[in-house]
Amino acid sequence: MKNLMEIKNVNKTFAIEGRSAASILENINISIQEGEFLAILGPSGSGKSTLLRIIAGLLPASSGTVSYLGSPIDGVNPGVAMVFQSFALFPWLSVLENVMLGLEGKNLTKDEKQTKALQVIDIVGLDGFENAYPKELSGGMRQRVGIGRALVSEPDVLLMDEAFSALDVLTAENLRRDLLELWLDKKIPTKAIILVTHGIEEAVYMADRAIILSKSPAEIVKDIKITIPRWRDKKSPEFLAIVDEIYSFMTKKKVVVLPPSLPQIKKLTQLPQVSAGALTGFLELLEDLNEKIDLYKLANRFMMDIEDFFPLVELSTLLQFAQVVEGDIELTAEGIQFARATVLERKKLFSKQLLAHVPFVQQMITILQSKSNKKMNIEFFEDLLAHTFGDKKAQSQMTLLISWERYAELVEYDQDKEQVYLESTI
Amino acid sequence: MALFTANVSKRKFSIIDFFILTFIFILFYTILKLGAGMSIPFSPEQQPPILLDPGMLPYYAGRSLLRMFIAFGASLMFTFVYGYIAAKNKFAQKILIPLLDILQSVPVLGFLSVTIVAFMAFFPGSLLGVECASIFAIFTGQAWNMTFSFYHSLITTPKDLEEAASILHLNWWQKLIKLELPVAMIGLVWNGMMSFGGGWFFLAASEAISVLGENIHLPGVGSFLAAAVEAGDMEAIYYSILTMLIMIILVDQLFWRPLVVWSQKFKIELSESADMPSSYVYNLLHRSALIRLINEWVLNPFGRVFNYIFNQIAELSTFASQGIQSRTQIKNLPTILPLCFTIWVLYLLAEPAQEAFAMLAAMESRELLSILQLGFYTFIRVIIALLLGLIWTIPVGVKIGLTPKLSKTFQPIIQIAASFPANMLFPFITILFVKFHVDFQWGCIALMMLGTQWYILFNVIAGASSIPNDLIEVSSIFNMNGWKKWKTLILPSIFPHLVTGLITASGGAWNASIVSELVSWHENDLVATGLGAYISQATTQGDWPKIVLGITVMCIFVVMINRFVWHRLYHLAEVKYHID
Repeated sequence: MKNLMEIKNVNKTFAIEGRSAASILENINISIQEGEFLAILGPSGSGKSTLLRIIAGLLPASSGTVSYLGSPIDGVNPGVAMVFQSFALFPWLSVLENVMLGLEGKNLTKDEKQTKALQVIDIVGLDGFENAYPKELSGGMRQRVGIGRALVSEPDVLLMDEAFSALDVLTAENLRRDLLELWLDKKIPTKAIILVTHGIEEAVYMADRAIILSKSPAEIVKDIKITIPRWRDKKSPEFLAIVDEIYSFMTKKKVVVLPPSLPQIKKLTQLPQVSAGALTGFLELLEDLNEKIDLYKLANRFMMDIEDFFPLVELSTLLQFAQVVEGDIELTAEGIQFARATVLERKKLFSKQLLAHVPFVQQMITILQSKSNKKMNIEFFEDLLAHTFGDKKAQSQMTLLISWERYAELVEYDQDKEQVYLESTI
Repeated sequence: MALFTANVSKRKFSIIDFFILTFIFILFYTILKLGAGMSIPFSPEQQPPILLDPGMLPYYAGRSLLRMFIAFGASLMFTFVYGYIAAKNKFAQKILIPLLDILQSVPVLGFLSVTIVAFMAFFPGSLLGVECASIFAIFTGQAWNMTFSFYHSLITTPKDLEEAASILHLNWWQKLIKLELPVAMIGLVWNGMMSFGGGWFFLAASEAISVLGENIHLPGVGSFLAAAVEAGDMEAIYYSILTMLIMIILVDQLFWRPLVVWSQKFKIELSESADMPSSYVYNLLHRSALIRLINEWVLNPFGRVFNYIFNQIAELSTFASQGIQSRTQIKNLPTILPLCFTIWVLYLLAEPAQEAFAMLAAMESRELLSILQLGFYTFIRVIIALLLGLIWTIPVGVKIGLTPKLSKTFQPIIQIAASFPANMLFPFITILFVKFHVDFQWGCIALMMLGTQWYILFNVIAGASSIPNDLIEVSSIFNMNGWKKWKTLILPSIFPHLVTGLITASGGAWNASIVSELVSWHENDLVATGLGAYISQATTQGDWPKIVLGITVMCIFVVMINRFVWHRLYHLAEVKYHID
């Protein structure tokens, strides 16, 4: 097998406003062979789309190289085309014109371009719609145009960025099958496909190989070959076994070993964006189930997208209302107590866990108590967070923290004056 | 196959095509004839007289119109070049955008004398110099707004489309044509229409002007009115105003409406909205077989050649810049080039700047103080004009905005009223003032309001009609009435729009002060004590130090007020009273 693309020691840091640069990708090494369908999996915010953009040459890597056919790329990768989550169609161009845009950089006559574009439109199943405008089409058809536009330039590698996640379930399933058919029957000259997704089933259904990324900064946790024969049955035990395995890799906590010489520096961990209300609902549902359960089964049962599901799991384990062992989730004693408590008791419990397990909350309260007027500008706390997260992230984290603390009745917040103050002062 | 397409089948020629053909022929002929009048010999002493004959009005209207469109074309070119460079070059952006912000807030009319002299020196002995000065005045009233709109569209181009364009290897020309221009189109058409409407004011103000002791008249509707005022000919005044009105309506119907309808196809949202603008002229042109033929045989081949040429240039320039960058290793060429250019411009400006400072230094400090005082008087008038505007526009605007039926009828009327150059209505009010001996120190506030109140009204209507329906329902469920309803619902909701309207109106009022603090009727001159009158008197006398000083002080006033009042209110509006 021939080596099509090589990603070597790629790192990406974003210099954001605020002080320290945030590391998004760390030490990524992947080589892509001819004939391979690769899926890149990771929780939301793990930087998988960033990785794809570095492969495409849309973003430069901070260090490391991406090479195509042995030579490192500079600028946009000449061997790729891309399908976007949002379709990225030009609304003022017809289907035909949109697809022909894929040939704009090629040295062909207008007639040749048109013939080629019409062939591709036929292949992706849009025959009869070549003069329609994107706004006249359904979501699934729009993405067919997106795929057609990518395929028409006959790229060696097709990049797909969450290409199916903006579609409804049935449409997405239909489109996945059609694309897989084109690929497996070799109706298109594409030599490799890289699919970025957060859908584990989607990856196992389509790809030959899955790379699993961890969260902030993203590193490759696992590189799994998927050798189940085509077409794959989503209910078969070997399919479910791989899905389960990937789930457990994705929920595994990274163990960071801090050097013992710096014990006093508390590392701030990024908090999952979940409201107190959503957490309550989640814990109640878990309590109703009253059993240890596989994470992916739970997600299916609640019909939840893992984009929404993982943050819930993360927060319940962070506050130790639940624990995850080998891909199974289970309520702790506090969790059970919380789920059964009254509204006021819940607030107390929540406040207790928050103080115990989120050090920054404890720090905030201590600072407020030390002030004579028990008030503090929110900017002060944001600045503290900005050292780790940068300004933008610090603001959203602060908003989240304040909403939790208000729920727990630990602090109050005056939006006009942008001041945080202790409950008891009013 | 053609199920979803806007199907234009091959239509036969009809009587309408005959009319369109005739129209096109007449249009070309008229432009040629009017254009020929622009470069006739000219000297301030021997000018072609403005004839107060209604039969001459179509010709004068044509000349005015030609000026407007040339200025608009120039604004468009400026917009593309300036906006593109500001959006694409990080270094240039740091200079160009603040500069544009200042240019936008500077009272343009104050510079008229400077530019007229400059252009007349450039085209000695030809009318072209004065023509250019008038066109330049209109240009300065239009260009900044359009440039901002274009720049803003360029930097907010949807990221996914931007990425798609890169992945598809489009060069800068293809990207401009396929992506950036279409994205900017709706804003450009809308801002162009608004700026064009504002341009009529500058047209009327710049056609007839006394500068450096000379009365200069350009053939046009504005001069016709000025001549009528001088002669005290009431009938001629009516004629000129009627002509102006017809011109504004025709341009709106024949030019802007069709453009607005056409630009709707560049909407970025993929959903179709229910309320689409319509234009019968657009429908007519769209259906015409003749227009299709012209499109196929004239415009398309021409466009293709144009496109081909620019495409080659883009390929070449990309190739060249890659070559230079790989060979010389100079990574910051995009910074160095504009930096050199800036230094060159500063070098050119050094000498005139020195002279200007020397001139200012020669002035007495008492003079300076008195100018500041005059500026303060004008400032008070501007504030009063705005407040009076607020008092009547808020109740009326809210009433119209909350009643869809009313807004449908009034919106087009108000739009015409806003476009109509207020300075053409000055004579009527002047007559009243002279007749009833009104104190002009206060009376000129009415003149100021005449042009500026529409901007406030516009925005109040827009604000009131964008109040979400559920909030209105809530307020009626809770039986909110009277002041309570105004305080909790209406005023906060229209606040952001109100601020936008006030900013525009304040800019307009400063500009208007130059023409409204000094007016005349027949043999009566009315003068109010203020910076506007000061500048226009200095312009008439040709007193350079006074002109420069007056304009400088006015610019300082305007920029300061912008920084310290409007920007703050704007920020408050964005943060606190923003309805999503």
